[in-house]
Amino acid sequence: DFNERCAQCSEVNWGLTDGGRFYCKSCHNVTERTREVVNTDFISNARVQTISKGLRKEKKTDGDCEWYVCEGFQLVLKKQAEALEALGVCPQMKDKILCNFWRCYLQKSKQAYCNRPAGETVKALSVCDSSTDVDSEPERPGLLHLLSLSESEGDLQTDCSFASSTSKVSASTSVCSGSVDGRFYLMKNQKENLRMTMPMTLSFCYMALLWLREPMTLSDLLRFVVEGHIPYLNVFQHFPEKMKLCGLDLKIFCVESWPAYEEVYNKMLELAAFLDLPRFPDITDSCFLHPDILCMKYLMEANLPDELHNWTCRVVKKICIGEADFLTLVPGNKSTRKVKYDVLAAAVIVVVLKLLFLLDDHYEWLLSDFAEERNKNNKEGGPYFEFKKWYKVIKCSLDVEQKKLDEERAKYLWRCEKPLFYSAEKKSKVLKRRQMVVNLQNQFGKLCGSVPPAEKRNPSSFQLSWSEEDTNGSCFHGHSLKGILQEKCGLLTAMNPDYWLCTVKLCTEKLCGHLAHYREVDFPQSYHFVLRLFSFLLRIQPSFIHDEVCMIEHKLFNKRLCKKPKYNRGLRK
Amino acid sequence: SSHEHKLNFKKSKELCLSYIQDAVLQKQWKRAAEFLTFYIESLEKDFSREYVGPSEIIWRIGTEILCHHSRSSMKEFNSFIEQMKTLRVKRYLKVCLEHAFHLLCNGLIDEAYENLSVAESWRFGEQTVIQDKEMKLIRAYRGVLDYYSWSKQKNVLMERGQDGFEDLSVEQEMHSCFRKAAVNLKEIIKIPGVWDLFVKCYVDLLEFYGDHDEARQVLNEYAYNSKFPANPNAHVYLYEFLKRHGESKKSLISALKILHNTVPSHELMIEFNTMLQKSKKRKKRQLGLKVIFAALDYAGWKENVKAWSCLARQVKQIVISEKHLGWIKQEWNSRKDWWPAFHFSRYLAKKNWQENESLSHEKALVAGILLGKDCKYFKYVSHQGCKAQVKRFRILKKFVNKHNPVYLRIS
Repeated sequence: DFNERCAQCSEVNWGLTDGGRFYCKSCHNVTERTREVVNTDFISNARVQTISKGLRKEKKTDGDCEWYVCEGFQLVLKKQAEALEALGVCPQMKDKILCNFWRCYLQKSKQAYCNRPAGETVKALSVCDSSTDVDSEPERPGLLHLLSLSESEGDLQTDCSFASSTSKVSASTSVCSGSVDGRFYLMKNQKENLRMTMPMTLSFCYMALLWLREPMTLSDLLRFVVEGHIPYLNVFQHFPEKMKLCGLDLKIFCVESWPAYEEVYNKMLELAAFLDLPRFPDITDSCFLHPDILCMKYLMEANLPDELHNWTCRVVKKICIGEADFLTLVPGNKSTRKVKYDVLAAAVIVVVLKLLFLLDDHYEWLLSDFAEERNKNNKEGGPYFEFKKWYKVIKCSLDVEQKKLDEERAKYLWRCEKPLFYSAEKKSKVLKRRQMVVNLQNQFGKLCGSVPPAEKRNPSSFQLSWSEEDTNGSCFHGHSLKGILQEKCGLLTAMNPDYWLCTVKLCTEKLCGHLAHYREVDFPQSYHFVLRLFSFLLRIQPSFIHDEVCMIEHKLFNKRLCKKPKYNRGLRK
Repeated sequence: SSHEHKLNFKKSKELCLSYIQDAVLQKQWKRAAEFLTFYIESLEKDFSREYVGPSEIIWRIGTEILCHHSRSSMKEFNSFIEQMKTLRVKRYLKVCLEHAFHLLCNGLIDEAYENLSVAESWRFGEQTVIQDKEMKLIRAYRGVLDYYSWSKQKNVLMERGQDGFEDLSVEQEMHSCFRKAAVNLKEIIKIPGVWDLFVKCYVDLLEFYGDHDEARQVLNEYAYNSKFPANPNAHVYLYEFLKRHGESKKSLISALKILHNTVPSHELMIEFNTMLQKSKKRKKRQLGLKVIFAALDYAGWKENVKAWSCLARQVKQIVISEKHLGWIKQEWNSRKDWWPAFHFSRYLAKKNWQENESLSHEKALVAGILLGKDCKYFKYVSHQGCKAQVKRFRILKKFVNKHNPVYLRIS
């Protein structure tokens, strides 16, 4: 359309920047002339649509198309949203919420939907193109630095030599990455723009789920990712043929580790603040994420008596963690501690268990024997809950499940059919290697005997389930706590008069990142066992739960802690 | 720990490897194969900076599994090894060599020969130079196989020769094998190392063709060149060669002396002692005594009748001559604290008497002289022997009784 001669070099060779302005491809002179942004729709269909401009250039070489990194991420998010929908999340999440969050992100990070072009992109291109001279190397150290930035993907030796060889060639974008802006992507200043990463896609998902108050906690989400129900590892397989990945794209889109809870969670908070989101919809006591409801779920999963729910609700109420103001996320508000719903609920249960059973490696067993005695004379109603029995059943199941999980972890396959290579030169080597791997896998696969192939776990919210129909008495849901309670002034209270605090003084979270520092050897084994149970269910380190337990305890015993500065354990309630 | 929740590629593969190792240690080959299939993809991230990288692990463990797994065949093994050869150029020759060993262990000599020949003709730029040592080994082993062919043909000729037939083609082939073998074997034994197999083959060839000087030189080098690692076998080979060629007692003795110094419990010590006892020189005879005492320090000789009879003979001879009792005293000094319990306990007296009369006879003499007629061993054995009316025991009793005071002088 635009046929004027360039003011600088008099060529007619126009391209479009991200922001929709014309620029001369010969001398990279940017004009003020803009092209109307045509397509602002987020229509999620199979073909990739450019988000910022309508122009799509086909490379002359092999019918590949030019694509930007954010388009790749958009595809990833789309796939993830579809998977979540298949798991039962409401369709609104994909079509409205996630979409809008993404669009907002693109706008804020100036990758699209704004008038100012992502100027850095164009400028950097011109710097790069003009340095065909081998000796002028303002860029080269940067590239090498880049390659050593994140986890190395390949032989660093060859990478470096590869990088040095590219500066000899006229550095067009296609050499260092399949995407247009791949190599500049990693160089961008993170703090200003909150650069998108693969773990951040999960932050996006979780943020959307939270906004909709869907019944899926972050630990559930991450577990589904690991179990393969939500695309994450090797999601680039689903990119269309024309979107070629190579070079630095691999550092952006290929992950070699499962995302950690903390990482995804903290990124989500950062993201919410970055997008200037308002207060999220309230978490009320009818929401799945409310501690009362989550506690119920976890109690069931942990095979604990339903009666414990009364106690968890009491604790929740006492320390006011059931309030909407406490539970609801307000982005950007740095004063309030952010709530991890799953960890919080687990920690409440741990505190309740400590309240009732003390868990000092002595009292809980005595109490259990006592309950056992009382059970002998207990004819009417359900049996009394005996800690010892519960421990045996749970330990057995936990060990079995943990073992299974460990073996699964050892058997993860990280590679997929779609081969990855840094450059065309490496392609044949990579393909040959892949072929050999497949051959060897087949050869040894035949020697496995009649081992059935690992079945993908069915997606389920519950990892452990117990049924009251089990005749061997291994389900404790209906058991009564009367065996360990006593009547006092017409009320049932715990027989246990004592409590021990996990820590007397909380750490400053901002300084060391934790409220407390958990070491298994410092604590009773029963306590560790309970932490281990929830650690398994939530797939997080026991120390995270321990932190929450400390927080709850300090809220619970706040008055006493404030009153008596000189203070020892064994405090009476 | 296995409860680590942060899992990445590297840790996941480390975990996988630990499962494989456990399975291999417990000989659960199916399970090992199963986990190995999941480990194999680490080849796609082989950085070759680690000391032992995935490709070497897969080669070694894969080999173990295929060797032991009931359902694997030689064909599968070969196809696996061929892939391993292409996997890492730096290791090509090593894999070839081990492949050849494996074939030999399975009796597939021709296949092994072919493999070694193919490996010999391999060229790969500077790698050929870097892997020079492996190449020499490959040639050396091919040399051994050539020797083996030569040996077979030689035997054929020997047989036929007796029948009066002459077979020119076999003879020619035999000589050609000799040449091929000799060239390669000679090369490798130049390099300091432990080359028993190669040395033996080469020396055998040289002897057959009458080149005794070369053979002697090779053996001398092998035994005495300080650059070569200390190797008792080298001295054994040299000794046996000298013996075969009727060399002087002096050179025989000097060869065995080194052996006595390095391996006092060597089986040739009996021969050595016998040789030394016969010597006219005092020093040699004294050495002989030393040698036989030293050999009997070792548990493996405890029940060796020959050894005890050597010692008994020499002790008897010294006692009768009444000269050089000091030799016995010297040897006995460091042994009197523990030899009684080690050799001459009452339990052993009973055991030896029951199991091996001759042994008990020889030992009783030594015990009687060294510990006196009242020692447990002598008393029991001589009593039993006399009770059973075996003549030599009566003679023994008389002898020890006669020379009883001796033990006082040597204790």
